[in-house]
This record gives sequence, structure tokens and C-alpha cells, in this order.
Amino acid sequence: MLVAKVLLKKPPSQQVTFEGHQMSLATTQSIAEIRARNKELIEEVLKVYPEKTAKRRAKHLNVHQAGKSDCGVKSNIKSIPGVMTIRGCAYAGSKGVVWGPIKDMVHISHGPVGCGQYSWGSRRNYYVGTTGIDSFVTLQFTSDFQEKDIVFGGDKKLVKILDEIQELFPLNNGITIQSECPIGLIGDDIEAVSRAKSKEYGGKTIVPVRCEGFRGVSQSLGHHIANDAVRDWIFDQLEPDAKPKFEPTPYDVAIIGDYNIGGDAWSSRILLEEMGLRVIAQWSGDGSLAELEATPKAKLNILHCYRSMNYISRHMEEKFGIPWCEYNFFGPSKIAESLRKIAGYFDDKIKEGAERVIEKYQPLVNAVIAKYRPRLEGKTVMLYVGGLRPRHVIGAYEDLGMEVIGTGYEFGHNDDYQRTAQHYVKDSTLIYDDVNGYEFERFVEKLQPDLVGSGIKEKYVFQKMGVPFRQMHSWDYSGPYHGYDGFAIFARDMDMAINSPVWKKTKAPWKEASSAKLLAAE
Amino acid sequence: MAQSAEHVLDHLELFRGPEYQQMLAKKKMFENPRDPAEVERIKEWTKTTEYREKNFAREALAVNPAKACQPLGAVFASVGFEGTLPFVHGSQGCVAYYRSHLSRHFKEPSSCVSSSMTEDAAVFGGLNNMIDGLANSYNMYKPKMIAVSTTCMAEVIGDDLNAFIKTSKEKGSVPADFDVPFAHTPAFVGSHVTGYDNALKGILEHFWDGKAGTAPKLERKQNEAINIIGGFDGYTVGNLREIKRILALMGIQHTILSDNSEVFDTPTDGEFRMYDGGTTLEDAANAIHAKATISMQQWCTEKTLPFVAEHGQDVESFNYPVGLSATDDFIVALSRISGKEIPEQLARERGRLVDAIADSSAHIHGKKFAIYGDPDLCYGLAAFLLELGAEPTHVLSTNGNKAWHEKMQVLLASSPFGRGCQAYPGRDLWHMRSLLFTEPVDFLIGNTYGKYLERDTGTPLIRIGFPIFDRHHHHRSPLWGYQGGLNALVKILDKIFDEIDKKTNVLGKTDYSFDIIR
Repeated sequence: MLVAKVLLKKPPSQQVTFEGHQMSLATTQSIAEIRARNKELIEEVLKVYPEKTAKRRAKHLNVHQAGKSDCGVKSNIKSIPGVMTIRGCAYAGSKGVVWGPIKDMVHISHGPVGCGQYSWGSRRNYYVGTTGIDSFVTLQFTSDFQEKDIVFGGDKKLVKILDEIQELFPLNNGITIQSECPIGLIGDDIEAVSRAKSKEYGGKTIVPVRCEGFRGVSQSLGHHIANDAVRDWIFDQLEPDAKPKFEPTPYDVAIIGDYNIGGDAWSSRILLEEMGLRVIAQWSGDGSLAELEATPKAKLNILHCYRSMNYISRHMEEKFGIPWCEYNFFGPSKIAESLRKIAGYFDDKIKEGAERVIEKYQPLVNAVIAKYRPRLEGKTVMLYVGGLRPRHVIGAYEDLGMEVIGTGYEFGHNDDYQRTAQHYVKDSTLIYDDVNGYEFERFVEKLQPDLVGSGIKEKYVFQKMGVPFRQMHSWDYSGPYHGYDGFAIFARDMDMAINSPVWKKTKAPWKEASSAKLLAAE
Repeated sequence: MAQSAEHVLDHLELFRGPEYQQMLAKKKMFENPRDPAEVERIKEWTKTTEYREKNFAREALAVNPAKACQPLGAVFASVGFEGTLPFVHGSQGCVAYYRSHLSRHFKEPSSCVSSSMTEDAAVFGGLNNMIDGLANSYNMYKPKMIAVSTTCMAEVIGDDLNAFIKTSKEKGSVPADFDVPFAHTPAFVGSHVTGYDNALKGILEHFWDGKAGTAPKLERKQNEAINIIGGFDGYTVGNLREIKRILALMGIQHTILSDNSEVFDTPTDGEFRMYDGGTTLEDAANAIHAKATISMQQWCTEKTLPFVAEHGQDVESFNYPVGLSATDDFIVALSRISGKEIPEQLARERGRLVDAIADSSAHIHGKKFAIYGDPDLCYGLAAFLLELGAEPTHVLSTNGNKAWHEKMQVLLASSPFGRGCQAYPGRDLWHMRSLLFTEPVDFLIGNTYGKYLERDTGTPLIRIGFPIFDRHHHHRSPLWGYQGGLNALVKILDKIFDEIDKKTNVLGKTDYSFDIIR
């Protein structure tokens, strides 16, 4: 504990560099200098575009100014054709994110084969179950549309598919129909099919989801559509007077917006239960239909991924009077803050529970920080992730003495940028919304961060440039990163990325060392 | 608390401890779980012949199909040309998927752009997206060529690429003489191998047949060169390099049409190469003059090869040649077409493969295999197994068609080791699951997704195919040529020996058979 405290107090000038790693420029420049440099960088990047595009992109790039209520960028706007946006689609937001992890339901990728194929099992939403018998997360169910289905419509095929699922997968607890692009274009009535088949199967839950990939501007609308489908096809079908399947307690909460990537929801749940709460549902990692249905009985909905599940949280507040609170389980500072915030909704027993949990894990936190902070102190990070992590993980980096010098959202909205500005980023941080390949490469090339955290499409680009990288969607096949147990893994992983000996070997000894650069578009 | 800073436990170990196991057990009550006895009963039922019959009676539902959609193949083919940026017209999420998919397999960057069509484009068509998109791509990424293909969205609404590209050029998106070949690649027809075919044909058509009416058609003046088409191939890096080595050894002037062996294997040296290697545009055009074109994968070039033949070239196709006979046929064909002699070195390489097979065949002979994958890969591997004296009992190709089925049956009938073996076109991995339960085999050959079958049925998986996400770097070693045959042989043997060891390593039970020499 003592070691950690000493380290925390070390002034920037004495920050440890590990094995001669160069300290980033950002720590040695004044805020004004950084601001000027970042503004210049944005101007420079915009020069590549045709005038119309430059004008549009300029609104998505900014240097954050302390005290502002948001980050000063436009967001949730259509991506520009041809720029290599990193974004995905509504189907990815619904099937890939919200619905896919519900383990006891069969999710049909309805349309041609590709969408389901490319998203098959790659998101690492962990679950416990007998796959193929009572759990279906890592199966790829698709209607594999052929030309005749496009020409004559796919509803008859869908009817048959539902029958075949019932016959071959009799222990499924429900079915969702995840629409791919053609469904909305050819005029299929998947709602009518769902209603009819649900009736035929004695009220079975069959959920049509209109998440065609061309809808909206990113994954984000897919989240919203998926949330609305829960509302319309699950909540609205509940019998209000039905007997609860378990005895309620005053301490029942639901985890909302945790997809259990690498087990994140589990390393969160354990803390909530240790502080005396009872988790009655997980949305949606390792979740089940029964948990979705039971959630209106919760006393509090705790919301991790605000972006993808604020809609249903607000709905439950309005309809069932359930309050919701956002929390952040990345890094000990935010975890402790969040545990106390959640406890604030309950009585002293839970408040004491929260303190007990924080105290219990403090030695682990201290040991992790003592081990890893000296190796990571002063290192700079650039992030580009989805709708939550561009802000949520900043505290965890800071707990390790690292600094986030640039961040942006793939599909955040203005309320995300507000939260980012008000609670997370520092003055002069470079902000880039819906960044594309060209911009991101340029920014990294110029700012030379010690680490980039983004997705699979970015990973190898930056590693080629000699920049350490961690995938911050999939935890680079590691995890969990949530909770105290997850923080230890997070710290270990960031250390192994940044301090891997390989990064000192990228230049052949007979060639002059030079900084990262990209050849494309030179 | 199991976690510690000294020995950090991640998901591999963390959740197996008692704290998490108790927590997960308690979670069950909220899940409305099925009766464990019922789960067990259904699990056993799915292993039966009765279930297999119901499973094979499926008419509409696909479960775990082993194929992807056309534009993936189009992107794969396009990046095999020098400085070429693939541009997929339609919804943007598709492009995110192709890029992720290719990056996860090759562990390499994958560059590709989308025209980002949304609702308004669905109503009014995607012309403006094409106009803006081409201009942006051209300015930002400075490509030498932009190869356009389509997602199913653009196909359903009927966007006309030829007209759109023409209009875009008129509007100044790219210079009038800038190369923008195109191919319609509807996801609801065929699979990624079809997309490869369409895109490659589109590119050759562009260069050979007058660049969509903007240039004179090329007049063929036959030379001595041979064109090689690799087809969609997860081992493109190793295979194309091996083919080039063989061609150089034989002194054959050649052009690889779509050579993506460099762009999917760039060095980490501080520079990101968005484009690397590839067939030069000049070579792509001049390829019309070649004496002949050889396709390494028949079902990846069903349209391209007839197109080439129409231009007066001899054409020949193979089915992913792996092993002795298939490589012999390939080398002999090269010699016959080129008139070049087969160098002694290749004879020695061949001899080494024969040597290796002779050394090890006792361990493979009579073993039963199930194979799944793209049609040509399945054929090539089945032929190899037959010449090793193994039995390719189930050969399944989701994107295999009727002609493939017939050709497979002829192959199986040609060998005593093919007796009782069956080819399954259009089936998926849930069908394969039934096959493995009801007619078990010793080994399964397939891509990463075969690990689910390995887990469920206990059939050991040998990873050969696409995609391979969970093993690294194998795409860098060839499967073609005699050297490639050796690699394939070693992959199979390693698994066989590992399995023997696994079955004989129980202390006090199987101390016999746990041999040091095998």
C-alpha cells in the first residue's frame, strides 16, 4: 500500500520510463502548445479531402476545451462514402450486440449468408450452457437467402425455418428474427409471420427485429431498434398479474448493457452480490429470456453501456418506475465511485457492503498498481472504440499513471460526448468522431502515442507502424476487464502490449531508426 | 479472492474457481433453465439416426453454413492488383465485416471502402454515394485502381454500376482514364468463390475489352507467357509464393492474376503499407496475350476461365492440387503448355514427398476422414487422402454445386479407398454434426469453426481451410507444390500422433503403447 501511495505522488518530471521507452511529447508540452499542435493537425488532415467532404469532416474533429459541456463535435451523422469509416450497421448493433448474447433464444440472421457468417462467434459473449441443445449463442442460424427468395419474398421460407427450429432445437426458449438489408427492401412482413407462428406455438416468444443494415448511420440505431423490440415483443406480452418466478427482495438489481465479453458481467456481478445486492438479470451477456422478462421486478437498473441500452432503461423507468443509474467498472477509482453510487440507492446495509467490498479489494488494487504503474507511468494512449469505452476506460488508464491524449466514438451521440467532456477527458485532448482510416493513421503518426486501443480493423495497421495496440472491443481475446479482478488483467495486458520487447526490434539494425509512418497516400 | 498481481488470472482460469462457480450456480434460478435430464435426453437424441434424418430433411434453415457471401471474394480478388482499393457499393456494415474477417484470418490490415448507402439511397438509388465515394477514395488513398463490387442492398434496388461509374467520371470524381473495373456481386447468389470469380472477370474484362467502352479493345498477340489464377484461398500467401518459385525454376514467363501474397503478408518495420505487391495493371492488361491461363481452382473461375478462353487462350483448371498426383498433373501441364522441361530440382522435391509419404503412410492408411470447405479445397484434400490410402468418408461443401457433387463422386469411385465415401453439396456443419455422430470418422479437416464439431462429437480437428482464426501463421506456408504436399502431410501426421499420445498417456493404465518412437 505504501509503495502505491508513493508512486501516486511522484511528480511528472520523475515519472519512470520503462526500459528506455521514450516518453511521449504530450507530457512535456504545455496545454497551449498541445492545443495548437492538435488544431494544426486537424487542419492538415482536412487538406486531403475534396472541399465538400472537408467541410463535413471538420465538424467531427476538435480539440477539447476544459469547461465545455461537450467535446465540440457533431456525431451520429451519416458516414461519408468512400472514406473507409470504421463503423458497422444496424444489424451488427442488434444481432451482434444486443440480442445475440441472449443464450436460450435462437437468433436467425434473416437474409443472405454473409452477415451471420462474419459475426459468428467473434464477439466473445461468454455464457454457460449446453451449446446447440439449450444455448445457441455460438451457432450461426441463417435463412441463407437465394435469388428466388429476393424475387418471391422470404416469408414462406421464414415460416418453414421457424418450424425447422422448433423440431430440431426443441429446448429453445424463443426466437428472434434479425433482419438483413434485403428484408426491408422486398416488403416481407416478418411481424405477421412472427405473430402467426407465436400463436401456433402456444404463445412462444418470437421477436421480429427490423435491424436492416441500411437503417441509420451506424450500429447505434440497431441498438435502439433492438431495445424497442424488447419493449414491444417481450415486455408488452407479459401478463401484468403473473406470479413472479422467484420471491422479490428489496435488493434486486439488473445489470443492463454488459455483454459479458471475456466474462465482464461475471466479474461485475460478483462485486454487486458481495455488497449485498441480488442480480436478477443480465442484459444481455450470459442472459436469458427469463431474465429479460423478470427485469421489470428490479428495484434498480444499473447501466454500464449507456449508448446501447439507455432506451430500455428509460422505458422501464417510465413504465415500471424503476430508477436506473450509470456506472463504470473499469479501474479501481471508477469502481469505488460506482459502488458507492449504486449503494446510494439502498439502505445502510448495502452502503456498508459497498465499503466492505472496496476495502476487501484494496490490497489487490495496491499490488496491481505497485507492480504495473512504474512500467506504465506517463505512457500515452489514443482510443477509438464504440459507444462507451472511449470514455469509460480512461479512468483505468489513469489509475495506472497513463494519459489518454486522443479519443473518439464510432457511434456515440452528443450525450456521450457530453459525458466525456464533463467527466473524463482532459483539456486539449484530440477528439475524433467517426474517424476513418486515413485520419486515424495520420493522428497516430503525428502524436506518437505509446498505445492505441481500438478494433481488429485498426490493430495491424498500427502494429505495422510499430505502435503497441490492444483491441478494446474484444479485449484482444483476453478479459474480463470489468471489476477488480478485471483491472488486474487490464493492467497486465497494457503492460505486455507496451513493454513487449518486439517493439524495439521493428527496425533492422542496419537501417536508420525512424518514427512510425504510413506509406499509403503519401 | 483468487486474483493476484503476482499471478494474474484471466478468463482461462478465473471463472473456474469456487467463488465464480458458486455465483454462476446461483444465477441459474433466474434463467428458467431446462431440466438437466431433459437437456441430456435431447443431447443424446441429436446423436441418433432419427435426428439425422430430420436434420437432413431441412429445406429452409441453414445452421453453421461453411460459406460466406460474394463481396468477400470480390475484395479478396481486388487487393491482388497493384495499388488497388476495393470499393463496395451498398451498406457500410458489410465492408466492416469483410475487413474484420480477412484481418482475423491473415492477422494483417485489410483495406476496403464502402459507399455507405443508407435509407435515402435505398429509396433514390446510390448514385450520389458512388459519385462522392469515388472522389473521396481517390483523393484520400491515392489508389492506382478502384475495383467496385456490390452488397446485396445495392443489388436488390438494382443500382447499375456501369452507368454509375460513367456518371461519376463525368462529374469528375476520378479522371476519365482512371481504372474503375466493376462487378455485380449479389450476396444471394453463390458464395465468396462466386464473388472472386465475378470480380476477377470484371477486372480482366475492363482491361481487355475496352474499359467499359472508353478505350479500344485489346488485340491479342500471343506470347509465351502463362497466366495463373489462384482462386479464393486462405493459404494465398504461401501458395502463390510457391507457385511463383516453381514457375521461376521452370523458367516460365508468367503473370499471376490477382497476386495478393504480398498485401496479406507485409512486414512490421515501422511502415504501414496499405498497398503492397499485386499484379501490375500493365501485366493485367498484357495477360490477354498469354498462351494459356491456368486456374488452380475450377469453381473459383467458372465465369473467368470461359471468358479467357473466348479471347483465344488455352485454359486449364485444377481443383486445389494438393499432394503427389495433383502436383504431378499441374507440373506436367505447365511443362506441356510452356514447352519447358521439368528441372531436376522438382523431381528431387517430388522424391522427397514420396519419401515422406512412404515413411509415414502406415499411420494414415485406412484412417477415416471427414472434410468440409470450399469445393476445390475439398476435392484437392480428398484426392490427397486417397493417395495416402486414407478414406475421405464425408466430404461436405456448403457452396458445392451439382457439378461438384458429380465430380467428387467420380473421384471417390476412382479409388478403392473411396468406397463408401460420400460427397454432400449444399449441406452445412449441423449436417456434418449428424454425420459425425452416426457414421464416425477418425479425423475432421476443416476451418476454425470445426472446433465446435470437435467438441461436440470428439472428432479431432485438423485445421485446413478458411477462415482459421484461432491458430496463427499457417497461411504463410504453402499447400501447393511438392513442398506444400509435405506441409499438408505433416499437419495431418502431427494430429494423428498427438491423438495416439493423448489416448495412451494415462499413468498406471496405458503405460504400454505410450511409445517414444512412432
